[in-house]
Amino acid sequence: MSDHIVKAYDKELEILGRKIAEMGGIAEKMLSDAMDALVDFDTRLAQMTVDSDPRLDLLQRDIEEQAVLTIARRQPMAVDLREIIATIRISGDLERIGDLAKNIAKRAIKTHSEMNIPRATIGLRSMHESAAMLLKDVLDAYAQRDAERARGVWTHDADLDALEDSVFRDLLTFMMEDPRNISFCTHLLFVSKNIERIGDHATNIAETVVYVVTGETLPMDRPKGRTTLSEAPTTVV
Amino acid sequence: MTGMNDVTNLGQGRVAAEAGTMAGVEVSNLEQKVSIRDLKFYYGDSLALKSISLPLCAHKVTAFIGPSGCGKSTLLRVLNRMYDLYPNQRAEGEVILDGVNILRPEQDLNLLRARVGMVFQKPTPFPMSIHDNVAFGIKLYQKLPKAELRDRVEAALMQAALWGEVKDKLNASGLSLSGGQQQRLCIARTVALQPEVILLDEPCSALDPISTAKIEETIDELKENYTIAIVTHNLQQAARVSELTAFMYLGELIEFGVTAQIFTSPEKKQTQNYITGRFG
Repeated sequence: MSDHIVKAYDKELEILGRKIAEMGGIAEKMLSDAMDALVDFDTRLAQMTVDSDPRLDLLQRDIEEQAVLTIARRQPMAVDLREIIATIRISGDLERIGDLAKNIAKRAIKTHSEMNIPRATIGLRSMHESAAMLLKDVLDAYAQRDAERARGVWTHDADLDALEDSVFRDLLTFMMEDPRNISFCTHLLFVSKNIERIGDHATNIAETVVYVVTGETLPMDRPKGRTTLSEAPTTVV
Repeated sequence: MTGMNDVTNLGQGRVAAEAGTMAGVEVSNLEQKVSIRDLKFYYGDSLALKSISLPLCAHKVTAFIGPSGCGKSTLLRVLNRMYDLYPNQRAEGEVILDGVNILRPEQDLNLLRARVGMVFQKPTPFPMSIHDNVAFGIKLYQKLPKAELRDRVEAALMQAALWGEVKDKLNASGLSLSGGQQQRLCIARTVALQPEVILLDEPCSALDPISTAKIEETIDELKENYTIAIVTHNLQQAARVSELTAFMYLGELIEFGVTAQIFTSPEKKQTQNYITGRFG
């Protein structure tokens, strides 16, 4: 990526890349902390997760400003242009991932007192593992400009969708068993939705990485792991 | 050489196939106004263009980019045989304009230069009135009644987006205009001859951004009626005004394709290095 005649240009791009890496690190940690907090009823960890979100927002704004400035100053072309557009897009996705993780953490704080079925989070944990893997893979793919790896993330998001489906069924069962479960199970439903959304953002990042490396855009419709949500309840009941 | 038509068709097929692989379907579907084939150009013994083949498509702007000395201006000078003015310069290959090879010796050069107009890097108004600057070329080729001549001058100045600024001072000297206006005056002088192809050799390199924008606007309007080739060192300008872009390096055509693709994801590494500022 280096080797511009103007060295300062290289430096600007490098700083942008580094800030994305930092955002990626924070987003990954927020997700895993939020899930730990939820599973272990750890409100302190949940609060810490909520508190780290502003840093992510700040970085995103930083990246956007810096990217706009670089576009204005350097009139980037070809791969440079794609790189800079990518940093704007990826920082947006990572910021949203942070928001979703924060939301999970907030629900961890709300549910910790009323959650009486520990196994209710088992499905969420595998969703989390799957999402965390997608996120890690896609961040690695970005760092290494590896289009193949990014394509892998793009296809594997379907697994996460399938898992969400089964979590949905589990939680529905708990709610039908005992109305007292409805409150926290609803929270957990939102958590599963959040994790699924995080997978979507990882997929977006994957598409961006492919674009950076190849200049091509991936097809509009990616593989889906399930039927639409509206159909799901009828198959359960 | 077989019949001219056969050669033309053959060539079109070939260029279309090449362009098709380089830039998708778009180029291959365009009407070719000029077809440059296997063009070699020599300054004395030194080879300045090494077998260039590409089309200029009708009603499109084709931009030529590349580092200094890559042959862009040389290529432009071949297209209206400007090089014929100099001894020891010669071209080999073919430049087909509407089915006729303009490099053949019996080509009428005055006629060619009326059909293929050129605007240079530095504005070159003649030391005469604005009106006469534009009328000068017309008078060389046609005897027109005064009123008709005036209409032609007005139309040319309109096309060059200069009319509004000079309509009240057509008798003022062309040299009294600003640099940007002088350049548009030269464009007016070129279009006054109603050419078919317009060659622009770095037309904005000496102009401020406002004048540059006006020239670019002019180019945008001119392409309705003309086929345009522009040499520019300003890559953003190439990206803005052209539909097709040719990247040249050391006398060779490295990449030719749709501008939007060349500037977002070029196929060749050299093109990428050049347009992103990583060269040499």
